[in-house]
Amino acid sequence: MRHSFFGGIHPDDGKRLAAASPITALPAPDQVVIPMSMHIGAACTPTVQKGDDVRLGQVIGRSEAAVSVPIHASVSGTVTAVEPRLHPNGQTVMSVVIANDHQDRLDETVRSHAAEVEADPKRLLPLIKETGIVGMGGATFPAHVKLSSALGKVDTFIINAAECEPYITSDHRTLLEHPEEVLAGIRYILKLLELPKAVLAVEGNKQDAIEGLRAKLAGSSDVELMVLRVRYPQGAEKQLIQTVTGRQVPPGGLPADVGCIVMNAFTCYTVCRMVQTGLPSVERVVTVSGPGIESPSNLLCRVGTPVRALIEAAGGFKGETNKVLMGGPMMGSAIFDLDVPVMRGTNGVLAFHAEQNKAKENPACIRCGRCVAACPMHLQPLYLYAFERKGDVAGLKKLNATDCIECGCCAWSCPGRLQLVQAIRNAKALIKRSS
Amino acid sequence: MDKEKKESLLSISSSPHIRTGEDTRSIMLDVLIALVPALAVAAYMFGLRAIVNTVLSIAFCLFFEWGYRKLLKKPDSTGDLSAAVTGMLLAFTLPVSIPWWILFIGDGFAIVLVKQLFGGIGKNFMNPALAARAFLFSWPVAMTKWVAPLSYGSFFRISTADAVTSATPLASMSGGALPEGVSLLQCFLGNVGGSMGEVSAFALLLGGVYLLIRKVITPRIPLAFLGTVAVLAFLFPQGNPRLSWMLWQLCSGGLMLGAIFMATDYTTSPVNPTAQILFGVGCGLLTVFIRYFGSYAEGVSYAILIMNAAVWLLDKAFPRKRFGTVKTKKEAA
Repeated sequence: MRHSFFGGIHPDDGKRLAAASPITALPAPDQVVIPMSMHIGAACTPTVQKGDDVRLGQVIGRSEAAVSVPIHASVSGTVTAVEPRLHPNGQTVMSVVIANDHQDRLDETVRSHAAEVEADPKRLLPLIKETGIVGMGGATFPAHVKLSSALGKVDTFIINAAECEPYITSDHRTLLEHPEEVLAGIRYILKLLELPKAVLAVEGNKQDAIEGLRAKLAGSSDVELMVLRVRYPQGAEKQLIQTVTGRQVPPGGLPADVGCIVMNAFTCYTVCRMVQTGLPSVERVVTVSGPGIESPSNLLCRVGTPVRALIEAAGGFKGETNKVLMGGPMMGSAIFDLDVPVMRGTNGVLAFHAEQNKAKENPACIRCGRCVAACPMHLQPLYLYAFERKGDVAGLKKLNATDCIECGCCAWSCPGRLQLVQAIRNAKALIKRSS
Repeated sequence: MDKEKKESLLSISSSPHIRTGEDTRSIMLDVLIALVPALAVAAYMFGLRAIVNTVLSIAFCLFFEWGYRKLLKKPDSTGDLSAAVTGMLLAFTLPVSIPWWILFIGDGFAIVLVKQLFGGIGKNFMNPALAARAFLFSWPVAMTKWVAPLSYGSFFRISTADAVTSATPLASMSGGALPEGVSLLQCFLGNVGGSMGEVSAFALLLGGVYLLIRKVITPRIPLAFLGTVAVLAFLFPQGNPRLSWMLWQLCSGGLMLGAIFMATDYTTSPVNPTAQILFGVGCGLLTVFIRYFGSYAEGVSYAILIMNAAVWLLDKAFPRKRFGTVKTKKEAA
């Protein structure tokens, strides 16, 4: 039986802009800026000092906290500064600045772990932690935490290749160009989880990648390819679980509570690369696209590369670009300085013109109910908005404001142009403050 | 330097960064378009005056909307066209012979008292056009002068001073018998006496289909409303045969206009799906009660106005079940 989630929207996916551009490697820049926080969890403390010589793949930041991952040098060279730098989130965050010697001298830990993992699949878990692998779909939750909380508790392993954010094609290109690596990564994780089968969930708008995967999967039964209807937010974790299994993750709960674990396709690719070459999480594919980009591209970048270099590699801005995003247009954040670095979770850099914004000076709710019909979390955004304006914390709690996943379906569909997501985010902060 | 100048223009805002092309204005425009078939039939049945009334009513509503907000130094909101929709709907619910000064008072009542005093679009708790219509029964004679269809000598004749009047089908039905001298098909097409915009069930259904295709409305409220009336009329007919009685009930009076265009008014209807269905059922129940037991022949507008008052309660009582609270079996998929 086919399951599905409630609500959702059908925005123009804009993927035609970059879907046909093969992944090209962006040369490592002369200087990388690596923030000590690019994952959910505790920030790292730098383990190198100004003047130190570092090698590619060497640990440069670490934290002893349970939910955290070490951070690695993405180039070899000399540390020129250890200081707070502007982070894509708009704040300044302790960062390590490395002048690239363009030698790519590897750290001695960077060696194949294939034999080791082959012999003992459980070895994968500490390796994933040590190499700093996080959810590469943008959530950046440490993968080892997710996996260890799922061990022995889950019956379904879902690989999220829905890539439902408009414009972003980095996972699409990776599936198309590197299906073997993605599948190998999935199989390593399957062995760790001791499960017989994984479900690889892809949205139907990646037909070429689906064909390729089908050919690669012919005759094998350990990975089931599931082609999903195109609908945003198909790739949101809770909605994906609901679509694949029909189960709903309880409020405040984890996927493991309903026997599921979800990992992004690019994370699986990174796991495979790590096992086979030993390379930690120091690079990723970034889609540079949007109406404000001259030649939309998919670039393989080192972590720490300034966004400016990506935009230049994609031919620069086109027309009157007035907004640059990190991530997709539905959930990504706007940046105001192009020198902020690419991070582990950066799947896209998008440029937009003013006409995509469609903001209104005097937003007004007309109670059309489109937000209610679109909300995949069964919320009533218009009432949350009204209660937030009044500061009514009790009302916000009653309407389960904290269930909101900030997917943006409500605000996208609002004809009155209310800033619903912003209001609900604020509502969550109000609730937090009151308790 | 050039680069820096360009960057300083980068704007920052909360996600999402893209929006649907649909906005309040485009929705209201769709409603206006959906009302055009009914206007065309009104013009055919009652002459040019039907169009003049509609245009005047829209102009009066826009004037009150603009004037009120100007006086109170609030941003102008005439551009969202919601006032134009109110104007068109109010004109439709009145007899074609209505004096223009009454139209002016009705439009003022709808926009200023019912809508703007509560804060403008999205804030009123009653449908402005229907509340104004109820208020205009302060002039009962003018409100119940039903000009006979196709009785105008010349299409361009504006005066209705010596117009032929006729009874509405509902008036005969409230006497407990099917109307005589007029066929069901005539009633369906609009060749009957009544408020100028409500006579043609056919034209209104056409508009309804347009609204459904454009996804301006969902079928929940209209179907629940019409379905309830149909079931009750079929189960408790007052004329024979029961099927004809049911169809006459559905096609006459303000039911189609009410079910398709008034009960679906966003501001004064619930947003939660279950609440919407119950709202429609409530409208249908009250309509039949008033038609059968009330002293008025027609009950649609009062039924909707009463249900308007229950919107908040319905929305609160029937939200969608919280995500993750549905128990699902934890077995292999």
